[in-house]
Amino acid sequence: MHIPDGLLSPAIWAGAYAVSAAAIGIAARQAQRSAQESHLPLLGVMGAFVFAAQMVNFPLGFGTSGHLVGSVLLAVTLGPPAAMVVMTAVLLVQALVFQDGGLLALGANVFNMAVAGLLAGYLPWALWGRSRLRWIALAAGGFLSVAVSGALAMAELALSGVRIAPVLAWAAAGLFAINGAIEGLLTVAIVRALAVLQTRTAEASATARRVTAALGIAALSLATGAVAMASQSPDALDSLVERTGIAGRVRAWVATPLAEYRLAWAPDSWWGQALAGLAGLALIYPLAVALARAFRKRRSA
Amino acid sequence: MTPLIRVRNLRYRYEDGTVALDGVNFDLYPGETVALLGPNGSGKTTFVLHLNGLLHGEGEVTVCGMPVEKPYLDEIRRRVGLLFQDADEQLFMPTVLEDVAFGPLCRGMKPAEAEARARAALKQVGMEGAAHKAPYHLSAGEKRRVALATVLASDPEILVLDEPTTWLDPPSQSELLSLLQALPQAKIVVTHDTIFAEAIATRAVYFERGRIIAEGSVADLRHRFDWGPRILPRSAESR
Amino acid sequence: MHHLVVDEWTRRPGWLQRLDPRAKLIVLLAFLVCVGTFRKLTVAAVLALGGLVAAGVILGKLPARGVAARALLVAPFAGPLAVASALSGQTGQAISLLMRALLSAAAVVVIVGATPMPRLLRGMEWLGAPRFFVLIVQFLYRYLFLLSEQAQHMRLAALSRGIGSRHAGIRRVLWRAAGGAIGVLFVRSHARAAAIHRAMLARGFRGSLVPLEELRMRLADWVFLLAGITLSAAIRLGVRSGS
Repeated sequence: MHIPDGLLSPAIWAGAYAVSAAAIGIAARQAQRSAQESHLPLLGVMGAFVFAAQMVNFPLGFGTSGHLVGSVLLAVTLGPPAAMVVMTAVLLVQALVFQDGGLLALGANVFNMAVAGLLAGYLPWALWGRSRLRWIALAAGGFLSVAVSGALAMAELALSGVRIAPVLAWAAAGLFAINGAIEGLLTVAIVRALAVLQTRTAEASATARRVTAALGIAALSLATGAVAMASQSPDALDSLVERTGIAGRVRAWVATPLAEYRLAWAPDSWWGQALAGLAGLALIYPLAVALARAFRKRRSA
Repeated sequence: MTPLIRVRNLRYRYEDGTVALDGVNFDLYPGETVALLGPNGSGKTTFVLHLNGLLHGEGEVTVCGMPVEKPYLDEIRRRVGLLFQDADEQLFMPTVLEDVAFGPLCRGMKPAEAEARARAALKQVGMEGAAHKAPYHLSAGEKRRVALATVLASDPEILVLDEPTTWLDPPSQSELLSLLQALPQAKIVVTHDTIFAEAIATRAVYFERGRIIAEGSVADLRHRFDWGPRILPRSAESR
Repeated sequence: MHHLVVDEWTRRPGWLQRLDPRAKLIVLLAFLVCVGTFRKLTVAAVLALGGLVAAGVILGKLPARGVAARALLVAPFAGPLAVASALSGQTGQAISLLMRALLSAAAVVVIVGATPMPRLLRGMEWLGAPRFFVLIVQFLYRYLFLLSEQAQHMRLAALSRGIGSRHAGIRRVLWRAAGGAIGVLFVRSHARAAAIHRAMLARGFRGSLVPLEELRMRLADWVFLLAGITLSAAIRLGVRSGS
């Protein structure tokens, strides 16, 4: 999910940098304002914690293993602004020291994982974190954070002209789904353990929650839209420039080499594709919920 | 002679209500080294955190004539050098030199001056060669000495050491002992190591459940409370 | 541990290590932008860029194999994409993609391998990164090793207690154990952060961290800076890129 350098087109990596810099700048200012002085060592150490936690591997059977990403965990315990800053720090160190993601691509990776993915993952908690549905919300959030980051990454690659063969796209989607499920279940397990250890989750004011919820919805919509748009054409960016000149008109799109992974029943319009994307997410969401329920039932058995 | 530190009737409760300190009276005079003995949880570390205002309880705590309160905290923290049990918590900068210079820099010293002061402190503890090393490259003993340097760099009048011999091998323990004995500051040493305490302390106090219940020499207290390394008798069957 | 290996490289007596971090970062960015703005790399460009990387390896007395190994870490990601591209008939584009990823990664490894993290962060701050953020990364890096070690210990402890065996019933316990372990790590990290803050206060922390060292550009730094930028620009503009 960490995109290396050399794959994204200049428009994408530069644009992503602009957006990320602004977003993280705002988040940092927010974090500093609501923070006590002790935030400096706390955020740094929590960043190191994320690294350490990501090292804990979970065998999934079939010889594969997954691990925690941690953005939703951080968002729920530190609050979204601080969490965004910490995840950005983690991504920077990953890029510099572990070659996990490129430096020019950092803007995009930060946007995918520390901004959009994080906010989308926080959304369910922002909405239902205080109700009976909190654990399901948390699990769904974990799943969404992975799904949204993954979807955005794929979209950015496609929009940069990287040919993503359908088999690759489906394989990636499958990986995201599995890792998303792990993220959801793990986040729940950890927050429950923390509750036992009597750690309080970050409390946010009603307005703050509304703002982050709105941002979360925006992130979700963006991911859906991006996937839809990217799946249309490998040179979508050039044609996008054309199309914005014809804003408001819904057009049939020319068949492209990637036509294979448009759903057969979806209409040939931009709206249709977006709906298809949403439908996909809507299918996976209840699956994650069912998994979370099943997991809880087995644990309490 | 006025005491450097004067504590009267110090009480402190944790957030959940447990009483950590239950009326502690304590004095520290210039040139003394006082060992704080007692079981875990008896309040020794909690007590020591009140001496530079990291914790604030009820009662009277006066350091060098100043009450441990808001306007005086800066100066008190310079005069009371606190060495924590875990050196990794104390060495939080990327390099040794930056860690040792941290105190002087925070107090407004110019970088060049702070660096000179830091190097002098490192020399005092015998670690001047480690100036550009990162903390995780040091051994436990080296970390302990660098931590001491971070405290010495601010020229304190009182040294407070929390379990200074933990994790140290016997040679490092002896080194630390010689080092401390050469320092002129008055010292408070929280320790379980009674041999170390006897070597370094001029007097000792015994904590139990948040109060000091006895005073005397380390040997005295060792006797009174049977407080020393226990050697279990071999059972008759184990032959 | 990975990052300790790279950390050791930064202490080698190479010319590259002694340069001002700002110059190195700017040259790195120039190189990356050069690679990142090519539509398709030509053989000449690859050779020229590879030459720059090799020069960096030599000037920094870095282990060539080590650098190559770390650059190859991008292969699992870029590889499948390149293969897919090649299979769809675009072999030129595929190779270009792979080379761009490898060259970029190699450049980063060279610069990071020749600059200790604290200096790298100072350079980044000078180039505009907010101090608050840079300090967080500094603390993160300082405690990275410690906390990773802690996690390793927990893992070993769990393994020696039988976690990871093939017994199906263990799987459920495993998840709970993992959640619990990470939870404990979380709480201990929190506690450690609080202790660090106390230590900072005890040494007179008043809210801002003052840097010890002033960065100063010397002649060698300027030479490197200008050479790096000009060469990257020359390669980008001079070598005609493919369509």
